[in-house]
Amino acid sequence: MSAPGGHQEALSRRDFLKTSAVGLGGLVLAIDLAGCSKPGSRPGATSVVTTNAWLRIGTDNSITFLCDRSEMGQGVYTGLVTIFAEELGVDPARIAVEFAPAGPAYVNALLGGQITGGSTSVRDAWTRLRTAGAQARELLKTAAAREWDTSASACRVENGEVISPFGKRLSYGAVATAAAALPVPADVALKPATAFQWIGREGRRLDTPAKVDGSAIYGIDVTLPGMLYAALAQPPMLGGKAKSVDDAAARAMPGVRDVVTTTSGIAVVADSWWQARQGRDALRIEWDGSASAGLNDGAILRGLRQAAAKSGIVARKEGDAEGALKAAARVVRAEYELPLLAHATMEPQVCTAHVQASSCDVYVPTQTQGAAQAVAAAAAGLEPAQVKVHTTFLGGGFGRRLDVDFIPAAVEASKATGKPVKLLWTREDDITHDTYRPPAYDTVAGGFDRDGNLVAWKLHLTGPSITARVFPGAVPAGAVDPFAIEAAANYPYDVPNVLVDWVPHEVGLDVGYWRSVSHALNCFVAESFMDELALAAGRDPAAFRRALLAKQPRYREVLDVALRRSGYDKPAAAGRFRGIAVMEGYDTYMAQVAEISIEDGKVKVHRIVCALDCGQTINPTIVVAQVESAILFGLSAALWGEINVQGGRVQQSNFHDYRVVRMNEVPAIETYVVGSDNPPGGIGEPATALVAPAICNAIHAATKRRLRSLPVKRHNLA
Amino acid sequence: MLTLNVNGVDRSLDVDPATPLLWVLRDTIGLTGTKYGCGMALCGACTVHLDGQPVRSCITQVGTVGTAKVTTIEGLSPDRSHPVQRAWIELDVPQCGYCQSGQIMSASALLAQTPRPTDADIDAAMAGNICRCGTYQRIRAAIHRAAELGGETQP
Repeated sequence: MSAPGGHQEALSRRDFLKTSAVGLGGLVLAIDLAGCSKPGSRPGATSVVTTNAWLRIGTDNSITFLCDRSEMGQGVYTGLVTIFAEELGVDPARIAVEFAPAGPAYVNALLGGQITGGSTSVRDAWTRLRTAGAQARELLKTAAAREWDTSASACRVENGEVISPFGKRLSYGAVATAAAALPVPADVALKPATAFQWIGREGRRLDTPAKVDGSAIYGIDVTLPGMLYAALAQPPMLGGKAKSVDDAAARAMPGVRDVVTTTSGIAVVADSWWQARQGRDALRIEWDGSASAGLNDGAILRGLRQAAAKSGIVARKEGDAEGALKAAARVVRAEYELPLLAHATMEPQVCTAHVQASSCDVYVPTQTQGAAQAVAAAAAGLEPAQVKVHTTFLGGGFGRRLDVDFIPAAVEASKATGKPVKLLWTREDDITHDTYRPPAYDTVAGGFDRDGNLVAWKLHLTGPSITARVFPGAVPAGAVDPFAIEAAANYPYDVPNVLVDWVPHEVGLDVGYWRSVSHALNCFVAESFMDELALAAGRDPAAFRRALLAKQPRYREVLDVALRRSGYDKPAAAGRFRGIAVMEGYDTYMAQVAEISIEDGKVKVHRIVCALDCGQTINPTIVVAQVESAILFGLSAALWGEINVQGGRVQQSNFHDYRVVRMNEVPAIETYVVGSDNPPGGIGEPATALVAPAICNAIHAATKRRLRSLPVKRHNLA
Repeated sequence: MLTLNVNGVDRSLDVDPATPLLWVLRDTIGLTGTKYGCGMALCGACTVHLDGQPVRSCITQVGTVGTAKVTTIEGLSPDRSHPVQRAWIELDVPQCGYCQSGQIMSASALLAQTPRPTDADIDAAMAGNICRCGTYQRIRAAIHRAAELGGETQP
């Protein structure tokens, strides 16, 4: 990882994932044609033809796209069909969308599994789905050309029809059966961007109508004939175990059908969820909490500090940062720390399972169909191929549903009762049994030469490895977890001696991927410290960054746009202060300028200006929506977000003590998309990471206080 | 047995009157558009109307509803034609969408009371509805748009 550019860094991360194939089997890059020429069984159409894994065409000319990524708000339900439809030659608005089952054709080549995460969906699909769409189009053209006894190259397509050189027309439905029997063309030409009809144009989200009338089906809404409902008693302390269970009172409650001991707690199964929950609350359980009795915030931080004394695994090294710091005329050093965070998806974790003698159906809002299938199979005592995963809409994901910890108990309860069971966590279950964003303790140093040039930069990161927990074996000993060093190893500033290293240190609880993952940890440190260095050098933070980004045009352009749009060259209004942050993540370049005031010792965020270059956009409306979304997600975390642990127990439980942004607390957000013909970058996550450093840099401008820990609420700013 | 008027239909229900209205709507009647988010009236995902007033159905015992008319997202309009639904579609408000039934029910109650709400009115009426996707800017714009659409249909 010697190249300083963010783009190269991102490729390195992908290479790691490709070679390690993170746990979920090999890569399937070729188009799956297993379903080729096999009629499907979609109800309502007499015959359905599958020309590849994403497309079904009915003889009634219905067209269905199988969306192989999970829709959790980020827009794949619209974006992926748009990419496919562009080459297929059909208006995306007339294509029906269904969620794909688990299957090898749907592996995300950037992550090595059927996974929706890492802001990869569009990047992974960009070539793959356009190619698949173009191949299907060519098959349809060839089939039609044969009907007309002409050549496919002489035909063209227009919104679901093939048109002959003489203006004859055949619908896709009319030629689909013949097309599916033809050999798939290996080489297909993809449209140039100048020919795009739908990609990059304003287009409505296809899932909006179902989300304004209550008809969209989320995990919590799944209803099966004869279904029972379950509530789960989980240990109130991390890693706890039930020593004894007295379920007599619970079993006597109205509607309670059974009490099932599962691998993750005691499930009470009833005729309705409310009855199940009442039954759960009537269980008398003695818990053994000895495993985590000593776990608390202070112990976690002490452990991180002690681990930080070790030397780390090198993630990026150029020149000799240690030597340059020793020789520097002036050295600035700082320590930063970050808290645990919960995801708090609006839909608590939920899974519906139906186990039968030789099959298991799971209906689940998941970001990882392959892992869902695997854990359901293990819980049911079946082979993965016997498990069918039905993906629902997700009531928020944010990385929480990359974990599958909520699935086995539903399967086990269904197996024990012989009925379909919907197992729903309470909000309290959800906050206290999350897979938390890891805490971090980082030390950072910068060295200036006698002329005031920044000549050395060293970031020493300490924290747990998410990837090692979620994908055991995927991070070999001595290797860096690529999801621990984001927004650090791709440090973009032109400094001759750079060292980034990382000390893996487990903290005694399950950590998980949380929107923007380590970007949100490391961007806070790196970009807060850039301000510290600028001010130490007596420079304006924007001018200091611009000078060191002279060789990074994409970074510099978004910074310049954000500065211009925020009015940075003019003084802020009286009592208002500004702060900057810059980052590349997910192949997207971004700068934010936050504008704040301090009122009664508390920060009030008035405005956030965000400029970004995410390469080719698929749906500009969704890009802007994702930036707004990610900024507010980052704002909640920056201002208030922390999970505290005392005696092994998570202290927060619901939205009264895990505060998130509400309508009356939303700043003005302005998003400026810088045009670029680079391939698409990810957009669901990056904007989250810049919010905290931009705000904290503004707080320093207002108060001269440098906040080196989050959330902001920990600090009295009066 | 108790009788509940939901979306204009009287229903006889054999449920414990202490059951929260939310779970009667969802699990007994099968109207799943109304969502569970917190169970403590903290997030607003379960908002429905009782005689036009927004209430959190997760803490409203069904036995206390009496003869009040319950309106859920499914009963707001038969065809997504309510001005709030039209504005939500026009501005592509939802992301994950899970909270949006509650948002729409709070917004439609606000507009029924205050046909031309100010931003301060919107803050006051909507602060009880959490959206983790952060669609608030669009919700605000869509409420203003729905006010225009409502004005068009009621000259």
